[in-house]
Amino acid sequence: MSDFTDALRTAALLIINLDPELRGIVLLSLAVSLTASVCAFLVGSPLGTALVVYRFRGRGALIVIANALLGLPPVVVGLVVYLLLSRSGPLGSLGILFTPTAMVIAQALLGAPIVVALVHRMMTDVWATYGDALLVDGASRLRAMPPIMSIGRDGLFTAFLAAFGRAIAEVGAIIIVGGNIRDYTRTMTTAIALETSKGDLSLALALGIILIVLSMIVSGASLVVARSLTGRW
Amino acid sequence: MRHWSMKAPAIAVLISAATLFCAQAQAQEKSIVVASTTSTQDSGLFGYLLPIVKQKLGITVKVLAQGTGQALDTARRGDADVVFVHAKSAEEKFLAEGFGVKRYPVMYNDFVLIGPKNDPAGIKGKDVLTALQTIKAKAAPFVSRGDRSGTHIAELALWQKAGIDVAHDKGSWYKEIGQGMGAALNMAAASGSYVLADRGTWLAFKNRADLTILVEGDKRLFNQYGVMLVSPAKHPHVKKDLGQAFIDWLVSPEGQHAIAGYKINGQQLFYPDADDPNA
Repeated sequence: MSDFTDALRTAALLIINLDPELRGIVLLSLAVSLTASVCAFLVGSPLGTALVVYRFRGRGALIVIANALLGLPPVVVGLVVYLLLSRSGPLGSLGILFTPTAMVIAQALLGAPIVVALVHRMMTDVWATYGDALLVDGASRLRAMPPIMSIGRDGLFTAFLAAFGRAIAEVGAIIIVGGNIRDYTRTMTTAIALETSKGDLSLALALGIILIVLSMIVSGASLVVARSLTGRW
Repeated sequence: MRHWSMKAPAIAVLISAATLFCAQAQAQEKSIVVASTTSTQDSGLFGYLLPIVKQKLGITVKVLAQGTGQALDTARRGDADVVFVHAKSAEEKFLAEGFGVKRYPVMYNDFVLIGPKNDPAGIKGKDVLTALQTIKAKAAPFVSRGDRSGTHIAELALWQKAGIDVAHDKGSWYKEIGQGMGAALNMAAASGSYVLADRGTWLAFKNRADLTILVEGDKRLFNQYGVMLVSPAKHPHVKKDLGQAFIDWLVSPEGQHAIAGYKINGQQLFYPDADDPNA
């Protein structure tokens, strides 16, 4: 048990002292994961909705693919992004390997299928209820997209939180494309991996506790914002 | 109201974009990427040395702690400016392939053979080759890095010198974990296994459980570190001036003095030897 009490004490001290290195790590974790999940959301939610609203050849295949990609292994995404962004890779001239930008790209790729698959699933019911009414005036399917997304916004929000949860908890991809560089690409999860490898298990666990609390705060705050904006849960 | 679901993320993206912008702006300052080994990071050497480099040279050094084999591969791909590793044979191969400009010896320490205090195989105080032969004969659990790191390369060379073809003879007692030094020590601590470690990481390691040094001081356990600039001829984007400035400082009397000054609990971890042409 002493491991856990040590970790709790370490976590409390780190927070109380506002450890500057920890602050940088927390800010970077939030910035990278929020940017990535927002990017995934902005691309994925219209796509997921379109899969419900439009009927076209290959639609079923796209839905299967999006759902299959829910299990996309972060370490594979990390490796692919690494090879693309490496100086010897096709996008090497950008010089963005081992930067926060590369980490955002990797996490956005991980988040997008989650958003597409979840939005598709949740919009299916909404469309079944409201679809005919929205199309009855002869409105185009494109015109039906904004109102149906507005009606199903709770579902969209859940999809966004799921993508954020995936991003903030993920370590396999960002440790490859970010390189875990101190003060630059070190996030909560890569810092935990590092402290574990240094054998400082109580510090690693303390960082883990802070990460969980942080993740809860972000999700809670999002819910409150959502409620204040919609007036409903 | 209608599109609130877009608003909250939009605010979030603005905030995070601003933070990322700051992070990128920071990257515009003088900085180099150094591909190095887990031992230089896990031992705390870089945490101690890099603020001094920043202060003296104004260069921010971004360290990738990867293990020697992976660090050299990262440099081969052009994703680092400088490599700082510890496997002379692999470094010379890297130079011969034209990826490095010149190899500078920087410092050394030594490897130590670590195991549980009760030493079930009875290797304490033996020379390292006899110790390995004993571990093999008794099939005592042994954790190998298995990641082409400098320590792994050194371990394989020791097995060979002990007359054991470990690739062929390994049994369930020999666990290749494919991870860094710290992870190997964690595993040895949790499973009561023997493990070869660099002394620097061992001294800085916190989760020792009942592990202790059993074999040390053997000349064959010598561990030399070298540093090389990645060839600008192969990779034109390499920051050769900043990279060379960092290397020049490391091998200068001032840099060597700083390396000698890194201690944990009064124990020196690395011994500078840039002036030894054979190192």
